[in-house]
Amino acid sequence: MRYAERGYDLEIDLSRGAIDRVETDPRLMELYLGGQGTAAKLLWDRVPPEAEPFSPENLLIFSSGLFNGTPVPGATRTAVNTFSPQTSLMAHALMGSYFGVELKHAGYDKIVIRGKSPDLVYLWINNGKVEIRDARHLRGKGTQETAALIKEELRDNKVQVAAIGPAGENRVYMASIDHSHASAARGPGPVMGDKGLKAIAIRGTQDIHIAYPAELFEKCLRMAKELFDNPNVGDWMAVDEDDSFHHDNFSWGNARVRRKNFWSKELQERWTKWKYDHMDRQTGCYNCPKKCHNVISWPGRKKFSYKCYGKDTYHMAAFLELDFSYEILGVAQELGLDSYSTPQVIAFALELLEAGILSDQDFPGMPSDVRGRFFYILEKIARREGIGDVLANGAYWAARQIGKGAEKYDHNTVKKFEQLPIKLGKVNPPYFLMIATGEKMSITQIEGSFPQDPLPTMEAREKFVKDWVAVPDEKFKKWFLAWEKRNEISNEASCAITDWNEAMHYIDDSLGLCGFVSSFRGQFGGKTGYHVWNIPELISLSTGVDFDKDKLWKTFQRIRTLVRAVNVRRGLRRRDERPPEDHWAVRDEETEQKLLDDYYEFKGWNKDGIPTKETLDKLGLNYVSEDFIKRGILTGNGGAPSKETSKEQEKQ
Amino acid sequence: MVTVNGGLKKKLVKEIKVDVDKCTGCRSCEMACSAFHSVPKYSSLNPARARIRVIIDESRDIYVPIRAGEYTQAECTGRNIYTINGKEYSECSFCPSCCPSRDYFKEPDSGLPLKCDMCEDEPPLLEPLCVQACQQDALTYVEREELVEEQKEQVKLEEMEIVFDALVKKHGKKKVMDTFARLSKG
Repeated sequence: MRYAERGYDLEIDLSRGAIDRVETDPRLMELYLGGQGTAAKLLWDRVPPEAEPFSPENLLIFSSGLFNGTPVPGATRTAVNTFSPQTSLMAHALMGSYFGVELKHAGYDKIVIRGKSPDLVYLWINNGKVEIRDARHLRGKGTQETAALIKEELRDNKVQVAAIGPAGENRVYMASIDHSHASAARGPGPVMGDKGLKAIAIRGTQDIHIAYPAELFEKCLRMAKELFDNPNVGDWMAVDEDDSFHHDNFSWGNARVRRKNFWSKELQERWTKWKYDHMDRQTGCYNCPKKCHNVISWPGRKKFSYKCYGKDTYHMAAFLELDFSYEILGVAQELGLDSYSTPQVIAFALELLEAGILSDQDFPGMPSDVRGRFFYILEKIARREGIGDVLANGAYWAARQIGKGAEKYDHNTVKKFEQLPIKLGKVNPPYFLMIATGEKMSITQIEGSFPQDPLPTMEAREKFVKDWVAVPDEKFKKWFLAWEKRNEISNEASCAITDWNEAMHYIDDSLGLCGFVSSFRGQFGGKTGYHVWNIPELISLSTGVDFDKDKLWKTFQRIRTLVRAVNVRRGLRRRDERPPEDHWAVRDEETEQKLLDDYYEFKGWNKDGIPTKETLDKLGLNYVSEDFIKRGILTGNGGAPSKETSKEQEKQ
Repeated sequence: MVTVNGGLKKKLVKEIKVDVDKCTGCRSCEMACSAFHSVPKYSSLNPARARIRVIIDESRDIYVPIRAGEYTQAECTGRNIYTINGKEYSECSFCPSCCPSRDYFKEPDSGLPLKCDMCEDEPPLLEPLCVQACQQDALTYVEREELVEEQKEQVKLEEMEIVFDALVKKHGKKKVMDTFARLSKG
């Protein structure tokens, strides 16, 4: 009997129309947990590194997390993994609401999709009955509209649907997959479109079993209450209307301008009124006591929901106010576009127009006001029309296609992916490492356990560390107590902090825990819901397999190293690990590169960011080291061939 | 059981108050209910077996938790549409029946009807588990005493009796008895 997981994956070959229910190896759970952990293993095993993201060989994997559907509160995230056409690396997307839970109740831990359908289809999973159905009538339909039409067609409102909009169908790199009040961005949308898969609809009515059910249930009921009462978890922006943090500190437009005194009391009152005059309610994901989604009905628009900084991205890119975000979000979400990268690409295009690199002829019929321009470019991108066909490839590729100096305006991407628009003064060393080496592409998917900034007084710091249960080791308390200035923190501490931050995300994304009750929420207040001390018991109780903190940590290292290996095999090297040149005003190449050296060494990677044979074998990833040696990525003695060692050599 | 007409007695009324404005659609109530009613207790989770379901229609902002009531053989001949605060609700959004028109409150495997028992247990729970699981206070529990006219004591049906009752209603007493007799010989 398999506990917490179901023990079966649903394998779909869209080229042949084949559907298989495949039993999985129970040992994989102990080694990689589930979610993105086991997905990384599938990508390693089954997608050869030379396979193009837009090829039938690429896999598109929807994974429930190990805790999805168990009583563990806030464990709602479904991981969607594939190889991204934008970065060519492993795409890492997450969505909440109900999808992974319904999938498990239908009898599967994962949906693994390969091949390409000759025409647009959708997948209907009704417990053991699975069909590939015609979706030509859904072509061009919005994400919510598609979900509604499918529910109507199947005559069941309890069906859970994940769908792409026109943007995904047109293989726009910023396309998202949308489900209920959640959205999976950063890569899988265009791959779903390339495979000709419009949507997946699931209905599951089967039992999920737990190894020690009464103990787990009782514990989780208590934890749900604690999470509800804990103001440090969930999205505080759902209740705190003071959003001076993003508006005064993040950059506006194409990640250019900081407006330090933008926020005011008058503005807050006006915006609060906009919100509450138009908000239906706040919703939560399956079995989560928080309510992070703000559902807005804006006149003339489909209802939409947003959480956290997602409400700011459009109006900050356009130098407008909240009403503009409310006006455009409903449209953008129906088109199926990610609200983090898309506004930046639009602002980038408008900057090129202003600079004369693009001209009015590139935007025929575009309105002259900024509102109109955003809507115009948004549509062009989603439909890949005219200049939209170029911009749909994201800022990095668009800049290179446009040429004429446009590359300079692509100043905020790492690994070809749009970053949050943050431009600061002095380097925060752990942030340097996180932005440089992160493989989940957004800083929000890496940071979160150790505070972003030091506290001003010793008294405040002492208070912070007093009940800081989440720390995996007492040394973090020592470092935090001694931390005075943001940019002054030792390399040793920076490496360990980055490692811990990353650990929590890798664990969450395999278990299906939401960052808002776990990995992302330790940095503010230090009292997050989940940490390395309480998670092992939850795994043991739900699966029946013994886990403790050390075993969990080693599992994180195994998953993290495997993800790195998957990307290294596709060409990721040290030269790719550079934060934007203007991310901080004051830079020092030598210090930064020394820090990167130290971090690679800390991780057991060589100077080029490749895990060494020793590191791989210690984690049981011998199959990776053997492959690396066979391919010449590592030499037999653990080193790397010299031709790809540094950016400097690359330039020469 | 003797009924004395006109006599009054105290009756304990158990109520779950539902505030639909507070519901977030998290369905913790469904999860908890299914766990409590599985055998052995908590051994499986499955909202499809829950005796409370949240009727959700995101496109119309409808979130209504309903509790399983009586089994009914036939669906209504007509339904009301209620407009409350500008939102239209089908009568079904409030109806607790296990009814042929929908697949709520039926065991997913057997199709047999499910009914809320307010989590009766020994020792009794402080509150039904769905209420305990609802952190938003969309569900709250109240007990109050009511004076009611004394009537013939109702015989409380046990689980198997409910099942037989449903079978008898569907197939007729004779057929059920014949089948039972045949099966018990086997």
